[in-house]
Amino acid sequence: MDRPKLSADVLAIDCDAETARVEAFIVQTLRAFNKRGVVLGLSGGVDSSVCAALAVRALGPQKVFGLLMPERDSSGSSTRLGAEVAQQLGIPHAVEDIAPALEAIGCYRWRDEAVRAVLPDYTPQWRIKLAISGGLAGGINHFRLIAQSPDGQMHDVRLPLREYLQIVAATNHKQRLRKTLEYFHADRLNYAVIGTPNRLEYDQGFFVKNGDGSADLKPIAHLYKSQVYALARHLGLPEAVCNAAPTTDTYSLPQGQDEFYFALPWAQMDLALWARNHGYSAEELAAALGCTAQQAAAVLADIDAKRRTTRYLHARPALVETVLNPCAENAA
Amino acid sequence: MSDNQQKIRQYIDSNFLLGARDTSYSDTDSLLDLHILDSTGVLELILFLEETWGIQVADIEMVPENLDSVAAIAAYVQRKLAA
Repeated sequence: MDRPKLSADVLAIDCDAETARVEAFIVQTLRAFNKRGVVLGLSGGVDSSVCAALAVRALGPQKVFGLLMPERDSSGSSTRLGAEVAQQLGIPHAVEDIAPALEAIGCYRWRDEAVRAVLPDYTPQWRIKLAISGGLAGGINHFRLIAQSPDGQMHDVRLPLREYLQIVAATNHKQRLRKTLEYFHADRLNYAVIGTPNRLEYDQGFFVKNGDGSADLKPIAHLYKSQVYALARHLGLPEAVCNAAPTTDTYSLPQGQDEFYFALPWAQMDLALWARNHGYSAEELAAALGCTAQQAAAVLADIDAKRRTTRYLHARPALVETVLNPCAENAA
Repeated sequence: MSDNQQKIRQYIDSNFLLGARDTSYSDTDSLLDLHILDSTGVLELILFLEETWGIQVADIEMVPENLDSVAAIAAYVQRKLAA
C-alpha cells in the first residue's frame, strides 16, 4: 500500500463525521454509566471548548455544566474566554475561585519554599515558570526555573531534584482541586465528568494523576491537536479560542506547553507522534519538519521515553492478582 | 572494580532496583537504555554524586556520556575530583 508523504495533510479529518462519532460516543457512555449529563472545567483553551461544544451537540445545553476555576496564577483571559464559550453554547456554568482553598492546603507555601531554596530573594511578587531543557541538545531532559523579579530582571536556574519535585507536587494541587470540584458538581447533578486531553497530552502523559487525568470519559483523547483546532473552527467556537496557543495556565509567567513539556511546538509534535504511530523513519520525519535526521531521531526517542516514564499515570492501581473486571458486561 | 564504581553500583542497586536481583547490568551498559534511569532518576543520581563526593555537576555535564553507565559515572567523578 502506498504510504502518504508525511505532511500536515495526513492529519486532515472529516469534521462532520468525527463530530457525529463523538456525539454518539458521549450518549452511549452516559447510558452505560447511568448518568444524565456532563460536567467539565472550561479553561478557555481549545480542548475544553471543543469538548463542551461536542457535549452540547450530543446532549443539549441544559445537560452540560461548565466550571470556571481561576486561581492566583491564572491568566485573566482564561476565565474571560471560558465564560464566553459557556455563554455562546448556552450552558449553565459557575465560577469557583480556587485560590483560597489552594492557600489553605499549602499549595503556594510549599511551592514558594522550594523556589526560595534556589532563588533566595524570591517573593510572591516575582513571576515564575518551569521550562524543560536538555533533551533535544543531546543532553538529558531536566527542568529549569525561569523567574522574573519585580524589577524586570530574568533568572534561569537548573532545578535540583528536591526543589523540582516539590514545585511540581505543590502546583499539582491546582489540577487535583479542580477535579474535586468537578466531581462535587457531577455527584450533585448525577452527571459524569469529562476529561479534555487531546491525543498529544494523553499519549505523552501530560496530565496530573487524579487531577486533570481523572475523568469518566475523554471524548477527544484520540484526536491530534491540529484535529482539535479543525473541530473548533468547524463547531464555530470564538475566534480567540480557535487561535489560542496551548498554555499550562499553571505558573505566573506565561508558559507554552511546548516550553514546559513537549519537545516541539504542537503542530510539529502532531506530525512527530503521527509518524511514530505509523512507522515512519527519522529521515522521513526530518524531511517533514525541516530538521536533521539526528534531531528527528531525538524527537522520536523522546516520545518513547515519555511514554515509558508516564506509564504509571495511566495505570489502574496494581493488584497482586485479578480480582474483578468491573467493565465486563456481567460484572455485578 | 574501583571503590567508586562499587559505591555507584551499590547506590543503583538499592535506590533504583530496590534490592531486586532480577536485573543484571554490566559496568558499560546504558542505564537509560535499560530503563533503570529515567530523567528524574538522573536528578537523583546527580544529588547522590554531589552529596557523596562534594562535586558540582554543571548543566553542560548533564549528558549521557557522563552519566549513562557505572563506568562512565565513575570516570566522570574521577575527572571532577582531579580538576
